[in-house]
Amino acid sequence: MIPEQLAYDLQQRVKDAVTHREAAIDVLKELQRHYGWLTDEALAEAAQLLGLSTLQVEELATFYEMIYRRPVGRTVIHACDSISCWSMGGEPLLRHLEKILEVETGSTTADNAITLLPCSCLGNCGDAPALMIGEHLYGRVTPERAVAIIEQLRLGMPTKTTS
Amino acid sequence: MTQILLRQDHTGQCLSFGQYCDAGGFEALRTALGGMSPNDVQQAVIDSGLRGRGGAGFPTGKKWSFVPRNLPGPRYLICNCDEMEPGTYKDRVLLEQNPHILIEGMALTCYALGVEHAFIFVRRGYEQAAANLRTAIGAAKQAGFLGSDILGSGFSLQLDIHQSAGRYICGEETALINALEGIRANPRVKPPFPAVKGLWGQPTVVNNVETLANIPAIIAHGPTWWKGLAATPEAAGTKLFCISGHVRNTECFELPLGTPLGKIIDGPCGGMRPGSTFKACIPGGASTPYFTREHWGVAMDFDPVAKAGSRLGTGGIIVFDQNTCMVAATLNLTRFYARESCGWCTPCREGLPFLVHTLEKIEQGLGTESDPDILREHVHALNYAFCALAPGAMGPVEGLLRLFEDELREHITKGRCPFGD
Ligand SMILES: Cc1cc2nc3c(=O)[nH]c(=O)nc-3n(C[C@H](O)[C@H](O)[C@H](O)COP(=O)(O)O)c2cc1C
Ligand code: SF4
Ligand code: FES
Repeated sequence: MIPEQLAYDLQQRVKDAVTHREAAIDVLKELQRHYGWLTDEALAEAAQLLGLSTLQVEELATFYEMIYRRPVGRTVIHACDSISCWSMGGEPLLRHLEKILEVETGSTTADNAITLLPCSCLGNCGDAPALMIGEHLYGRVTPERAVAIIEQLRLGMPTKTTS
Repeated sequence: MTQILLRQDHTGQCLSFGQYCDAGGFEALRTALGGMSPNDVQQAVIDSGLRGRGGAGFPTGKKWSFVPRNLPGPRYLICNCDEMEPGTYKDRVLLEQNPHILIEGMALTCYALGVEHAFIFVRRGYEQAAANLRTAIGAAKQAGFLGSDILGSGFSLQLDIHQSAGRYICGEETALINALEGIRANPRVKPPFPAVKGLWGQPTVVNNVETLANIPAIIAHGPTWWKGLAATPEAAGTKLFCISGHVRNTECFELPLGTPLGKIIDGPCGGMRPGSTFKACIPGGASTPYFTREHWGVAMDFDPVAKAGSRLGTGGIIVFDQNTCMVAATLNLTRFYARESCGWCTPCREGLPFLVHTLEKIEQGLGTESDPDILREHVHALNYAFCALAPGAMGPVEGLLRLFEDELREHITKGRCPFGD
């Protein structure tokens, strides 16, 4: 169950939209923020809020890169693997992240803290290689900076986002 | 060199609403609402020669003229800020510095088109840009530049932000319309074109961020002045070039449209980074065929770039040095397209993974003599896909075959990548 306030806010968002469906992605993102990932329960709640069938919501939920239909850790690191980042050492960076996190790309650390996922261009190509953690973009991520970023994440501290 | 989009002072800071107004912001809107008819605004844009900055370079005023003004019901404007083409980040840089110019541009466009409700479709990850826009919309409303009866003219405009959740195909205008409606973002069949039947079945114009951000200057200074900002008589206006890869300064620069490629790389980019020599570049975002040293003098404008075998696209220039394997680069690009294929039509859904497989084989030294022909057949066949994503994906593959066939064949004859792994 979602908190009353969140339910109310989402109802408002849906009500203000030209059609209910226009609010779908906002609703999914907020529910994901609440649950950590888009659980079956969240999917059903979204369907109810939007006046859609769960299948209609599933069609949307499975389409987008940043909607997680499977469990993820408390923090998700998205590492860009598109061309500009590739040209600036994105592949070795990803291998390095796998090593220091002790996970394979696509999976979550044993303590359930961090999930490492590849992603398409983050629009930060001038500051390649780039990562997105939560809603923050990171650029010019050297292996050393990656270590520092992860240490801070592990301490539950906000990390510096500027390059 | 005149800049009308980016901050002259290069601080990269976001302009406040007050700073924008002090620098002449919203004067164009005042001028238009004060004494120009919607048709006058459209005519100025036609006269300016402005071509869309979203990738296809379609003349903006002409696109607007396709919108029927006599159909019942609302018309819509959507600003396309999906910007997921690898190597492209100009719209983010622009909105991080100046969200107000887009709002003024959209207000002018909506006035010209008779639109009373417009959307900005913002990709996932551009949270700062979206936050800036939200603040800027609030300030513009407060000052009476948005909302009902703007500046007492009787013209009203509601401007909303729609934030996406990350998928390249959402940038394609009909897929974008589905995405905005909350429908799975497969492209729609064209015709009918969005100008006639778009968002919620109503006439809709989809324009790129940079395109719309140019409108205030066209109205404020006139189409002739604006056109003259370009580097050649044929080109019109300035262009945001966003640079990545192996040059010294990988930034977004606003330069006269038509500036030669070599002048961009040796000029604002500061040349190649130490230890690197120029081998090739992608001139306009991931879907455009490569340029090499022989293209150094090509004027970076729509027609000259097309004549030279590529496309100006988004203006995202990605530079590669002598150590870059062009097969590996093409493989990376093709993987992107295979992942981002929306899955709607067979040539793209099945063809792209097959191409990835073929390029992987070649890169691993397992290619065969017939592989280049297989690639060539696909470049041809994928033109028949449902939307422009698949033909775009073939840009780099076509470039590889045309410009780097020797390098491709060397992988096959040597049975390994000549650049090591
Ligand atoms: C796969 C694909 C992705 C696209 N992505 C974008 C994008 O992110 N931003 C954009 O402005 N145009 C994008 N376009 C082009 C749009 O379909 C459309 O032509 C453009 O937004 C029109 O704006 P303009 O006339 O101002 O250039 C894309 C096209 C395709 C086929
Ligand atoms: S070409 Fe690709 S992206 Fe376009 S409709 Fe077909 S499958 Fe979807
Ligand atoms: S290619 Fe990595 S951010 Fe654009």
